[in-house]
Amino acid sequence: MSKDIFVYIEQRDRVIQNVSFELIGEARRLVAVSGGNVCGVLVGNNIASLAKEVVANGADKVFVVDNKELEYYTTECYAQAVTAVVRKHSPNAMLFGASTIGRDLAPRISARVHTGLTADCTDLKIDEEGNLFMTRPAFGGSLFATIACPDHRPQMSTVRPGVMKKVEYDTNRAGEIITEDVAIDATKFAVKIVEEVKETKAAVKIEDSKILVSMGRGLENNLAQVKNFATVIGGTVSCSRAVVDAGVWKSDRQVGQTGKTVRPDVYFAMGISGAVQHIAGMDGSDLIIAINKDKTAAIFNTAHLGIVGDATAIMPELEKEILARK
Amino acid sequence: MRIAVCIKQVPNTTEIKIDPVTNTLKRDGVPSIMNPDDKAALESALVLKDKYNAEVVVVTMGPPQAELILREAMSMGADEAFLVTDRAFAGSDTWATSTILAAALKKVGYDIIIGGRQAIDGDTAQVGPQIAEHLDIPQVTYVVEIDIDEKNNVCRVKKEFEDRYQIVEVKGKALFTVLSGMNEPRYMLVGGIVDQEEKAITVITVNDIEVDRGNIGLLGSPTKVKSSFSKTVDSNKELIELSPQEAAKVIADKLAEKHII
Ligand SMILES: Cc1cc2nc3c(=O)[nH]c(=O)nc-3n(C[C@H](O)[C@H](O)[C@H](O)COP(=O)(O)OP(=O)(O)OC[C@H]3O[C@@H](n4cnc5c(N)ncnc54)[C@H](O)[C@@H]3O)c2cc1C
Repeated sequence: MSKDIFVYIEQRDRVIQNVSFELIGEARRLVAVSGGNVCGVLVGNNIASLAKEVVANGADKVFVVDNKELEYYTTECYAQAVTAVVRKHSPNAMLFGASTIGRDLAPRISARVHTGLTADCTDLKIDEEGNLFMTRPAFGGSLFATIACPDHRPQMSTVRPGVMKKVEYDTNRAGEIITEDVAIDATKFAVKIVEEVKETKAAVKIEDSKILVSMGRGLENNLAQVKNFATVIGGTVSCSRAVVDAGVWKSDRQVGQTGKTVRPDVYFAMGISGAVQHIAGMDGSDLIIAINKDKTAAIFNTAHLGIVGDATAIMPELEKEILARK
Repeated sequence: MRIAVCIKQVPNTTEIKIDPVTNTLKRDGVPSIMNPDDKAALESALVLKDKYNAEVVVVTMGPPQAELILREAMSMGADEAFLVTDRAFAGSDTWATSTILAAALKKVGYDIIIGGRQAIDGDTAQVGPQIAEHLDIPQVTYVVEIDIDEKNNVCRVKKEFEDRYQIVEVKGKALFTVLSGMNEPRYMLVGGIVDQEEKAITVITVNDIEVDRGNIGLLGSPTKVKSSFSKTVDSNKELIELSPQEAAKVIADKLAEKHII
């Protein structure tokens, strides 16, 4: 049993997904306590050249399974590849992004290697012995539970995109790239892809934005004004679920327990009351500025700067200030 | 074709409140419902019943009162119902739950299994894939359309990702997990309500299935809950009540301080 922490490196069309780099960053913080290496597990077809990106983002080692059977994601062939690497190297823990792929693959592997898996973690801690303590929301975000996996290894968890922080990208970082020869058993493939269609109307990735202008029910009827303010400040508009329910935005803009988890440099919460389910998705933001008419609104408990007032009156003034200082 | 649908009884999380003193869930008086994704799974199976005369059986694991959702499922049109219940199952995590359900499903018999993607009380989305692994059958998760070609023993489904979808065909036995947006579940039928009263629910206990007792319940669960809490309020706030102009200045100063403007 090693002390190493593995991170599943999720690539789609040979592009590594941000969440994988975030998890490497988190794994770095964990091994600083527990010891061991941070190792990426990179799986796909024609992907070996991506391994150095994984190192530049903080991995000590990258295990690469490059096989033509792995051109498209299907559960069984990816599970075989990752399981082979896990069995060979016996890591202490393994982290997956809680994407549609991570949440499909991780449970399959956990059942295969007989170990515990904790879904959608928002916080990870480790002790010097390498025991991982995984915190996740339950009951729609009303409650949080901290979960351990004392007797089985690897300790596995999925973590949502946007929750953890990357480390600085450094092309000079030293790391080892190891090619793994895995025999893939194609007789097990019962799932045949008839077609795969990319949706170019591409969901907006609010989790990648550094400035989010988030609107709640209080600004439901002020969409144009909010969009304009976001343009002036160079941010992206996100929203609460109430706004999605009202049909103003689609769910790809929703922040919170059943939406996205975000961690921008600045989060404007405007006309948002601050329900726990909303807070669960944004409380890791560097600077939270809340504007709400109601001084008892719960959002002010999470905000770093709380302004009691009418957002529709403040936005135009703030635009003037920003333009004046540019 | 025999379709087994896995359903779960869950507290309606929209009505859950936290007791501010004990920091625990106030479950009293919170209604129990059939988990929304599971209800979509049932509806998709009933559509296949309407179209191809498939046989639909529902399976739930839970306490005896979970019988309620089995009755509801039969009132919607399910043909048979199985209640997997035993004290020995209590405290199971997803690994142990899937071990039990896989063993129960072997006993129930199925050509395909459909379940919801995730339950609103736990939101893990793990039990489906873990059942499939224990049964050594393929899985397709995040499914929004299912059709079957019985002659060729093939299911054709649409699977969603964040940025794309796949149309896939699966030959032979398989497990699918579906999303609640995929259909509009039907209401209970008056005839169905009357019919289900006549139908018996088959109870499956630990003695009826082949499982290693070391792999189930609290002891057989690899994961253990160490503690639970609700988010406490930290007051790191600066709360300011000003005119819009002044408020704008304060915000702009803060943004400048952080080098954002
Ligand atoms: C299982 C579950 C999951 C959920 N998941 C999510 C989730 O992921 N994300 C999410 O956001 N919610 C989620 N919710 C819903 C959540 O509980 C709240 O209902 C929702 O966040 C409320 O949205 P809101 O703050 O925009 O609206 P409201 O609560 O109605 O608040 C509107 C606020 O706007 C203020 N206001 C009005 N006019 C102005 C003005 N001119 N200027 C300034 N302030 C003004 C009001 O004072 C008020 O505080 C979930 C709920 C459940 C049960």
